[in-house]
Amino acid sequence: MNWAPVIGIEVHVELDTASKMFCGCRVSFGDPPNTNVCPVCLALPGSLPVPNREAIERIIRLGLALNCRINPGSVFHRKNYYYADLPKNYQISQFDIPVCVDGWLDVESDEGSFRVGIERVHMEEDTGKSVHVGEGGRIHTAAETLVDFNRAGTPLVEIVSRPDLRSAADARAYTQELRAVVAETGVSDARMERGSVRFDANVSIRPPQSQKLGVKVEIKNMNSFRSLEKAIRAEVDRQVELVEAGEKVVMETRHWDESAGITHGMRTKEGSSDYRYFTEPDLAPMVFSESWVQEARSQIPELPARRRERYRHLGLNPGSARVLAGSEPDLRGLFEDAVESGAAPVPAANWVTGDITASLRRRNACLGDVPLHGEDLAALTAMVSQGRISARAARQVLEGVMDGEGSPTRVARARNLEQISDQAALEQVVEEVMSAHSQAVERYRSGEKKVRGFLVGQVMRATSGRADPRAVNQILSTRL
Amino acid sequence: MSPEPLSIVDAGAALRSGESTAVGLLASVLSRAEMTESELHCYLNLDREGASRAAASADEELERGVDRGALHGIPVAVKDNMCTRGLETTCSSQILSGYLPPYDATAVARLREAGAVIIGKTNLDEFAMGSSTENSAYGPTRNPWDTERVPGGSSGGSAAAVAAGSALGALGSDTGGSIRQPASLCGIVGMKPTYGLVSRYGLVAFASSLDQIGPLTRTVTDAAVLLAAVAGHDPADATSYSGPLPDFAAGLHAGVEGLKIGVVRELNGEGYQAEVSEATGDMLNRLSAQGAEVVEVSLPMFDVALSAYYLIAPAECSANLARFDGMRYGLSIKGPTAAATMAATRAEGFGPEVIRRILLGTYALSAGYFDAFYGQAQKVRSMLQSEFEAAYRKVDVLVSPASPTTAFRLGERTQDPLAMYLSDICTIPSNLSGHPAISVPISLDSKGLPIGFQVMAPALGEQVMFRVAAEVERLAGFGALPAPALAPPTRVPL
Repeated sequence: MNWAPVIGIEVHVELDTASKMFCGCRVSFGDPPNTNVCPVCLALPGSLPVPNREAIERIIRLGLALNCRINPGSVFHRKNYYYADLPKNYQISQFDIPVCVDGWLDVESDEGSFRVGIERVHMEEDTGKSVHVGEGGRIHTAAETLVDFNRAGTPLVEIVSRPDLRSAADARAYTQELRAVVAETGVSDARMERGSVRFDANVSIRPPQSQKLGVKVEIKNMNSFRSLEKAIRAEVDRQVELVEAGEKVVMETRHWDESAGITHGMRTKEGSSDYRYFTEPDLAPMVFSESWVQEARSQIPELPARRRERYRHLGLNPGSARVLAGSEPDLRGLFEDAVESGAAPVPAANWVTGDITASLRRRNACLGDVPLHGEDLAALTAMVSQGRISARAARQVLEGVMDGEGSPTRVARARNLEQISDQAALEQVVEEVMSAHSQAVERYRSGEKKVRGFLVGQVMRATSGRADPRAVNQILSTRL
Repeated sequence: MSPEPLSIVDAGAALRSGESTAVGLLASVLSRAEMTESELHCYLNLDREGASRAAASADEELERGVDRGALHGIPVAVKDNMCTRGLETTCSSQILSGYLPPYDATAVARLREAGAVIIGKTNLDEFAMGSSTENSAYGPTRNPWDTERVPGGSSGGSAAAVAAGSALGALGSDTGGSIRQPASLCGIVGMKPTYGLVSRYGLVAFASSLDQIGPLTRTVTDAAVLLAAVAGHDPADATSYSGPLPDFAAGLHAGVEGLKIGVVRELNGEGYQAEVSEATGDMLNRLSAQGAEVVEVSLPMFDVALSAYYLIAPAECSANLARFDGMRYGLSIKGPTAAATMAATRAEGFGPEVIRRILLGTYALSAGYFDAFYGQAQKVRSMLQSEFEAAYRKVDVLVSPASPTTAFRLGERTQDPLAMYLSDICTIPSNLSGHPAISVPISLDSKGLPIGFQVMAPALGEQVMFRVAAEVERLAGFGALPAPALAPPTRVPL
């Protein structure tokens, strides 16, 4: 029997604000342990939280970028649970009145485009980091566990999707799109390798035509798109095997083990735990004025979905538009500048996503390291479309420009790459080739038509590839 | 040589006239402490060294003409649930035994800034949970009026110290009456400000939405002076009031003529000591004779305020006290796992009343019980606030006894938590509403124990509250009443 997965994703994003969510400590990564701490983020007796206005501004901006409604006011709650890296033994989070609700995000993938509902986006604080010492750094085998509170209190945004995803690949595409929105709105640098973005997934399966949701399992501990996709695949497989063996899926929280490629049941069933949420009495309810929300809205830059649409309007095919819209900002900028300088959008996009990207990769450089500008790309595409250089020569011209040899025209000239389209000069070369290969000419004339290609090749060879192939063919037609 | 003065205002005058020095005031207060501490146990920790330095520095500054105001050179005590930098702060709990805070509570920092001499840290019910100061892990404090009796609580150490003259004033904290009730039982003035008026930063939280720091003093004027030194906006407390502050002492001599005084019907009758009710009625007659209009007011929600309080306060405390887990500071009883360490530390470190309240609060917040308990209590709280606001549209202040009885005997209520909780029945409503209230001593019962009178006012109504309280103080002439040696009287100018 076939089974259809139903997936919802919770994404945690650490904000890279200057200071922490409820105190003045620096938000840092990689500093010596417990150096960016104070009475508040260590939960010393008597300390009190004071909310970070910048973090609130950023979550509003993100919520608007995700098409959410911004609640007119919002409330912090305490989420109570005991854990050694949670200094207060409660986390300041949000419960029934989050900052942002009811949004959506349009996602495009190779399989097509789809819309994912966003249930809520809320503000909370991160925990400290447990460091397991000894025996491979795993929690169950560690000799001791140390806690670094540098991360404790870092502003954390949680984005909860509706269960709208239907495959592990869709989940990956959604989270990649979401990461792009987070990065481009500037709310976080969203550095995956630092754990700035982390995923939990709620996974269930049901028969394909069923409308009823199956029993969901929460899987935790994924911090890359790849592990998210793998973890969901593994969990779906596990659930299908269970159900097909006549067993039941139980509601629980499972831990993704990256190295083993499987999910483990957690010893404590968090699904049944009671966080005893109640309003945080140390913080007054927040009120968001219309003008504040408008201000946040005005700070949202163009987002990937809108950009893709604009690129398609420029004539790019959907795949090309998607790749370009998702590429680094400086590369997109080069494309935009080239089009501005008169380049045809389609070849300009192909250059940017193709040869330019490849060349930068070979050079292990970024665009800022090489003297390539929009007008150069515009000149290059013009030279190709006007037949002044061949496509092959154009690649060499590009390399020359990137090497700092000057404008495309100058490089083409200096490297002697311009096509010969001068009729008289070409006629002479054709003449020479025909007389040097009279046998071949004979064979052609006696009906062996494919010899023509050989003759064209000889002309190209004689001109080091600079002859305009169209003109050569024309001359050959009249002469043969 | 005449004995050193006992009120802040008198001491300040003596300092500036050259009759006293800060070092002399401190010596006098410390010698009172030496005489009384073995019997009373007001202090957990006397900081002789720090206080001497502060007193010498105050004398030196005053000598140079640097005058920091009314508290400059004045010896004051601080309840041991306020953080004092480098000075042990225990909250009367084993779990914080030996704990040295790295910072001063804002209120403490403001005392220092004002030039006050901090003598030491006073005893309290563990984490301010109690009404008798018997729930201290370090032994009870006794009432200077009768050492067989409790001083009230939870700021019992502060109240008894001021009553005994081993401090000229003290800071306490009031979550359900913890300043006013002990002030009442010890025959001094105790005042809880409007919620947010004094920063809670550095006050070890019991119930965050109810806790307020306030003054315990021998006179109403002193209370206004001490409050003024610690009140005001603090960016470190997000619930701190940021508006302009009134001049608390402005109306102290204005009398009560033309004021409308509401007597709360629900705070009298059954459960009230007859002498307390009589003394209250007597004071009302006198206020009326001074030109106040005295009317009876009913606030039916007062009858359920105590129940609401004993859900809200424990709920908040169950989260506030979660941080005491043996992981970062204080007591730590090591177990095989982090969870075992936390469990062992908390079982060993907390006393029975604290554990009772944590359990109550955890239960009240649990899934399936939340709506019936915590949710319902919050509804009562907002209805009570509405009733208060409606009443304050009709009257300037509300009055009642500060405590239904005078000081009770040690051990009398320790086996009956409900009887103990009833000690705060008069004071709790103003905590739930966030309004200011003050207790002023008015007379003695037949056993010679002080009776307190409570004046409640609307939010930020401190001025009118002090005005009425000052008149009550003047009419009572409490300082002229006979007092035992352990609780020397203060002469209040009539």
